[in-house]
Amino acid sequence: MSDRILEAKNINKYFHDPVTVKVLSDINFSVNKGEFVSVTGRSGCGKSTLLYILSTMDTDYEGELLIDGESMTNHKEAVLAKVRNEKIGFVFQFHYLLNEFSVLKNVMLPGLKLNKYSAKEVEQRALEKLDMLDIKKLANKKASQISGGEKQRVAIARALINDPHIIMGDEPTGNLDKKNSLLVFDIFKRLCDEFNQTLLIVTHDNSFAENTNRIIEMEDGKIIKQ
Amino acid sequence: MNYKLIFSIAKSLLLARWKQTLVAAIGVTFSITMFITLLSFMTGLNDLLDGLILNRTAHIRLYNDIKPNKNQPVNNVADYKNSYNFIHSLKSGNSRQEIYNSAAIIKNIQADERVLGLAPKITAPVFFNDGGIEITGVVNGIDVRAESNLFHFEEYVTTGNTIDLKNVSNSIILGKGLAEKLLAEIGDVVQLTTSKGERFPLKVVGYFQSGLLELDKVQSFASIGTAQKILGKPNDYVTDLQIKLKDIKMAPAVAKEYAAKFGADAEDIQTANSQFETGSFIRTLISYTVGITLLVVAGFGIYNILNMMIYEKMDSIAILKATGFSGKDVKRIFLLISLTIGFFGGLSGLLVGFGLSATIDQIPFNTAALPTISTYPINYNPVFYIIGSTFSLLTTYMAGWFPARKASKIDPVIIIRGK
Repeated sequence: MSDRILEAKNINKYFHDPVTVKVLSDINFSVNKGEFVSVTGRSGCGKSTLLYILSTMDTDYEGELLIDGESMTNHKEAVLAKVRNEKIGFVFQFHYLLNEFSVLKNVMLPGLKLNKYSAKEVEQRALEKLDMLDIKKLANKKASQISGGEKQRVAIARALINDPHIIMGDEPTGNLDKKNSLLVFDIFKRLCDEFNQTLLIVTHDNSFAENTNRIIEMEDGKIIKQ
Repeated sequence: MNYKLIFSIAKSLLLARWKQTLVAAIGVTFSITMFITLLSFMTGLNDLLDGLILNRTAHIRLYNDIKPNKNQPVNNVADYKNSYNFIHSLKSGNSRQEIYNSAAIIKNIQADERVLGLAPKITAPVFFNDGGIEITGVVNGIDVRAESNLFHFEEYVTTGNTIDLKNVSNSIILGKGLAEKLLAEIGDVVQLTTSKGERFPLKVVGYFQSGLLELDKVQSFASIGTAQKILGKPNDYVTDLQIKLKDIKMAPAVAKEYAAKFGADAEDIQTANSQFETGSFIRTLISYTVGITLLVVAGFGIYNILNMMIYEKMDSIAILKATGFSGKDVKRIFLLISLTIGFFGGLSGLLVGFGLSATIDQIPFNTAALPTISTYPINYNPVFYIIGSTFSLLTTYMAGWFPARKASKIDPVIIIRGK
């Protein structure tokens, strides 16, 4: 397994407001296909900032980012949006489901945007993902009518819909109770083991991190151990 | 581009806030309604007022003006031909007011393809005698049938039968004001004196009401034959030729051509009645200004509502962008929301506007000055509807553009980190 899905080369990041502060310095690491990587560190060490750079949403940095062997630096916003749509799945601390839509439609949206499959096929795939996460019965409920743990699972299904190269999570269990945290972790573990899915999860939950393949530890904007 | 997806997202956002959407759409509906109604009513009124004069006025009037002869003898003398000659005590010539060779001219004009029709006319200034009082007036000798066809003459004859003027010999239709002065009933005989001093009795067969009071106090109508008899002239005597063209805009050019061709004076309608065009123009301008102002106000309403919607939907926009929707897609979604409000609001505005105009069209409107009108005038010009719908889409597009741009520029990182 030497396929490099994600590679960060000499990434530096500054915050300019109100004074210029270096928040990330000289970040170098890579993630290979099928790895389950967690990024840990204290609050404010820059781990979320790093994740947003890696996810292509934050473009204000120095250095180079490669996803699937392609450079993501200096691309237009629309090009990066396409990359996110096609190659990256997101799970955030908050679920960020669209309350106007049903659970099924929420999962389908990135798939419809990709426009690779017909609407019927996308629906079929969405149902498969929901079934895999054991929440198929919620498919036709409104996103606002389901519980927090269920919402996070729907968000995972949404992240999976386009078969992304990598799933990125920003404290995906940070807002969940013990039981639901374990459930979400088990899902990630299963994705990694059964489907060879690459995962990069930012967390400050040590028990979560300990069970992943690899831990990247950060402090004061630097990687201290990987 | 996946428009179906953009449509379905826009639709969901719209329906999620359907009350606000409805208020915004009602704003557009109201403004379009007022725009349509205002313009239909105002233009209807304009047409009516213009029609008062323009319908009854010839596009070109051929006549012989009383003026001094242009070709004074001294100018023809070889010795003085190239000099500038001052002539004192010049008088207008004893030229006849009739149009020379009228029969041939009429034939010639009627053969012209640009001409819709022609009505000959004789104007004879007279005095009406009522006991010891003499009232100045004018008898217009007209061809009743041509006058009715071209200038809607019978519409203004409020009492009596127009065609009697032709069928009853020595008959006259008096202006309503004139008849009141003379205390003349229908069937009575009025006495008049010509400028040459001859007395003439005529039988009243109807009243005429033009809507212009001053006109009704002096005008009266007789058949062309009767007028010739009053003046003691032969039956080819005609003082005016009133010509109606197929295209009114050609009047000045054709007037110039006829003046040169027939050696008579020609006056076109644009020169004679330029003040009406100015009045209509100003009224129309005011209506458009008010209508468009209403639309702009509705546009601000949409702008506000979309702005609020964007603040509410920050999270949704952020996640759409995080999962691969570009700024352009987000912009399209909000523009589509705005245009949908504009489209449906505008469409119902057109319908309600049409309904309101039709209602106004039914309201009774009776005034002595306008004998032909019984309800408020409305002009159902489709151009207003086209302008209305175009503007509703245009203003809503503009109103949606700024909020949509704002939404497209939302940085998902800031929103997601902010939680």
